[in-house]
Amino acid sequence: MRANVIELSPIQPKFQVEKIFGIDSRYIMPILITVILLVGQISFGILESYPQTITAILISVIFEIVLSYYTRGTFPHLASAYISGISVGILTRSPEFWTFALCAAIATTSKYVVRVKGRHIWNPSNFAISIMLLIAPFAYSTLSIQWGNNLYAMLVIWTLGSIIIYRLGRFHITFTYVLAFVFFAFIRSFINDQPFLAEIAPLTGPMYQLFIFFMITDPATTVRSSKKVQMFIAFMIAFAEMLLRLSENIHAPYFALFIVGPITNLIDIWWNSRKAKAKPATATN
Amino acid sequence: MKSFKQFTLIILFIGLLSIPFFVKKYYVTEKKISIDKESAMKRYGFYFEEVAEKSGVNFSHSAPKLDTKVENIMPIIASMGAGVAVADFDKDGWNDFYLTNSSENSFNSLYRNNQDGSFTDVAKEAGVADLNNVETGVSMGAVWGDFDNDGFEDLLVYKWGKTELFKNNSGKNFTKIENTNFPEWANINSAIWFDYDRDGLLDVVLGGYFREDLNLWNLKDSRIMPESFEYAKNGGRKYVFKNLGSGKFEEVSEKLGIKSNRWSLALGSTDLNDDGFPDLFIANDYGVSELFFNDRGTRFIDVGENSGVGFAPKSGMNASFGDVLNQGKQAIYVSNISEESVLLQGNNLWMPKPNTNGMNLKFENQANNFGVEFAGWSWGTQFGDLNNDGNLDLFVTNGYISAEKATSYWYDYSKITVGNNAIIGDAANWGKIEKKSLAGYQQKKVWLNDGAGKFNDVALSVGVSETFDGRAVAFADLWNRGVLDVIVAHQNAPVLIYKNTVSPENNWISFELEGEKSNKSAIGSSIKVFWNGQVQKQTLDGGIGFCSQNQRRLHFGLGKNAAPERVEIRWSSGKIQIIDAPAVNKVHKIKE
Repeated sequence: MRANVIELSPIQPKFQVEKIFGIDSRYIMPILITVILLVGQISFGILESYPQTITAILISVIFEIVLSYYTRGTFPHLASAYISGISVGILTRSPEFWTFALCAAIATTSKYVVRVKGRHIWNPSNFAISIMLLIAPFAYSTLSIQWGNNLYAMLVIWTLGSIIIYRLGRFHITFTYVLAFVFFAFIRSFINDQPFLAEIAPLTGPMYQLFIFFMITDPATTVRSSKKVQMFIAFMIAFAEMLLRLSENIHAPYFALFIVGPITNLIDIWWNSRKAKAKPATATN
Repeated sequence: MKSFKQFTLIILFIGLLSIPFFVKKYYVTEKKISIDKESAMKRYGFYFEEVAEKSGVNFSHSAPKLDTKVENIMPIIASMGAGVAVADFDKDGWNDFYLTNSSENSFNSLYRNNQDGSFTDVAKEAGVADLNNVETGVSMGAVWGDFDNDGFEDLLVYKWGKTELFKNNSGKNFTKIENTNFPEWANINSAIWFDYDRDGLLDVVLGGYFREDLNLWNLKDSRIMPESFEYAKNGGRKYVFKNLGSGKFEEVSEKLGIKSNRWSLALGSTDLNDDGFPDLFIANDYGVSELFFNDRGTRFIDVGENSGVGFAPKSGMNASFGDVLNQGKQAIYVSNISEESVLLQGNNLWMPKPNTNGMNLKFENQANNFGVEFAGWSWGTQFGDLNNDGNLDLFVTNGYISAEKATSYWYDYSKITVGNNAIIGDAANWGKIEKKSLAGYQQKKVWLNDGAGKFNDVALSVGVSETFDGRAVAFADLWNRGVLDVIVAHQNAPVLIYKNTVSPENNWISFELEGEKSNKSAIGSSIKVFWNGQVQKQTLDGGIGFCSQNQRRLHFGLGKNAAPERVEIRWSSGKIQIIDAPAVNKVHKIKE
């Protein structure tokens, strides 16, 4: 009977245990995003301003510390808050300070409020940016420009990002999404009679570098099922994005992840809890 | 306990989400009401009536039709013209104005002031009408300046093509000056006269938009677009032509240290750092603005980044100067693009930083604090005291392409603007615009300065309701009444003239300068008017704003029962002249 026992342990993301390049893997993503920010800022001045980005990072970190103490009584690991803050700092385009602060605060707070069975179901910065676009369009927009025109700089970021993501065991998600995006760009180009390169252009911009390396691969908010399921979901995000783009939604990638992410996570949570319930019964058979 | 914590977290979360609903009211500055003239006069002290047609001005701008290789985005490329320049070209004491057109075989117009409230287009008989054709290019704008110091304002017409200079023959007609050394072909979108070396001869700066090797009617391929939306350096070059006298000019930009291939849409010159020499500001599309301080007429020093104005890249389409706090220092206003939730660049109001001066003068963007940040897709703007209350107000035109209503090219635009150089740089990769609008049908802004650091939009209340795609704006006292009227040129639409009626209780004073050692037009000369413990500085421009030039007369509102104690004229030659307690409510004609 032992042979009939089904293994239900979800795939554990490698970052929890592994060291990469001799560095605790939890620091890898903060380091990568910091490098992207510094290279972009020093080369082209990509940020709205240093103070605004620092505001976003500080607010995110402060909220993380306060909320962690308040809810758990523990000092949190700050990598996640740092990534959220810096993502908001880069992706937010607004002349205001309060939009950076509010977006960062919403991102971090969402992790503590919107939870299902102990898991948060939205990527925090994706959630906050999508919400800000909906509730504060008069003062808030997102990164919508190319950083400079250096193809090599872009290739370096893509290559470095891909290697790191691969070592973290998340490359299949990024790769699937990119392939699906290109495929759907072709479909959109055909349907709308628009240049294919116009449809594919967004993928060459910095917003997508952050989107594909940091948002859709976020271990905390992606399904913990098999790689195939994760790839299917990346495909579905690209599909939802295509539908939104066909209706000329300018912020399609954010809203696609905003919609698909929690739905798949909820299914994942439900599926895993169902299996977990089934496991003892199966084991006793 | 756990549920209490969860409850407080939810309250916190809801509180955060509700913040925008409370903040939003501070962003709605526009009074969405049209009120009658009497109420507007009572409330704001002025009112505009649109009188173009009534005054005999039936000019309508039309766009060029360029090479079919860029047909897919023709309206985006061919939307940069519609200029207006004011001068009293016949020296009869009444302001006339010149309007540029941009379609092939269209005519420019020179409206002579009939002194009875009407204008007559005399461009054809004066010889400055027929300038737009495929062979020599089409007009983008014009600037008046007495380059030969004969006392009559000459006319420089800059084009996507061959820039042309016309000598004014005693106010009767014009003769084209040949062999000026101006480029045979360049896609010039901005030009100003200034006397950078104070030799008494007007020099000229030309700002290129598209590269000068491109003939937009005969393209080799469609790779003509910016290499980046905010970091492009593949636009047209800048030219500085030193006036050698006798209609000859020498190109000296490299010698002076002005090297730029950014996409210039507006030039402005004034003595920002108060050293007696005119500085140069360039508002660039697809990139940062540039500021050059004049090193005593020998060279220009690029201080864009150091001064603070040249760091954050935007889509500069205008540069204008205004002493908005009456402190004897001019701020720089640059218009950019603002579209809710899509692209919120915000316009810039670069205020001089306290305790900085000379070559170390720095600026900080105070557009948000002053309430002049979000206007739309902004183009020409001008500062001027519209109600004579003593504070400089701000008129801003908006709107890019008004085609079919309820359509938008914003989505297509947002796709391509993030694209890499290899994609964005080729017009063929841009989505077809067809009949779509892009930031179309936008309201103008008439921002009234309260003198305490806040501007309030009163456009609709004072009679400015038209939503054509605005480009050039020029201020002029068209009927010699001691007020500033407004001429607005529009892309693919009629020119509008807003006749201003101002409450008579406010005093004013105006000055017409005539240079002697300075250039005859006195371009670059500044006047400071001191009254009631405040001082306002204005500079006589040789072209300012997007494809615009204001009247020669410098007009100062003073407020109720107010009179200047002292007026200081700083001539462009460097000479300083003081006038004590000049009479109010009159135009003072002053010779150097």
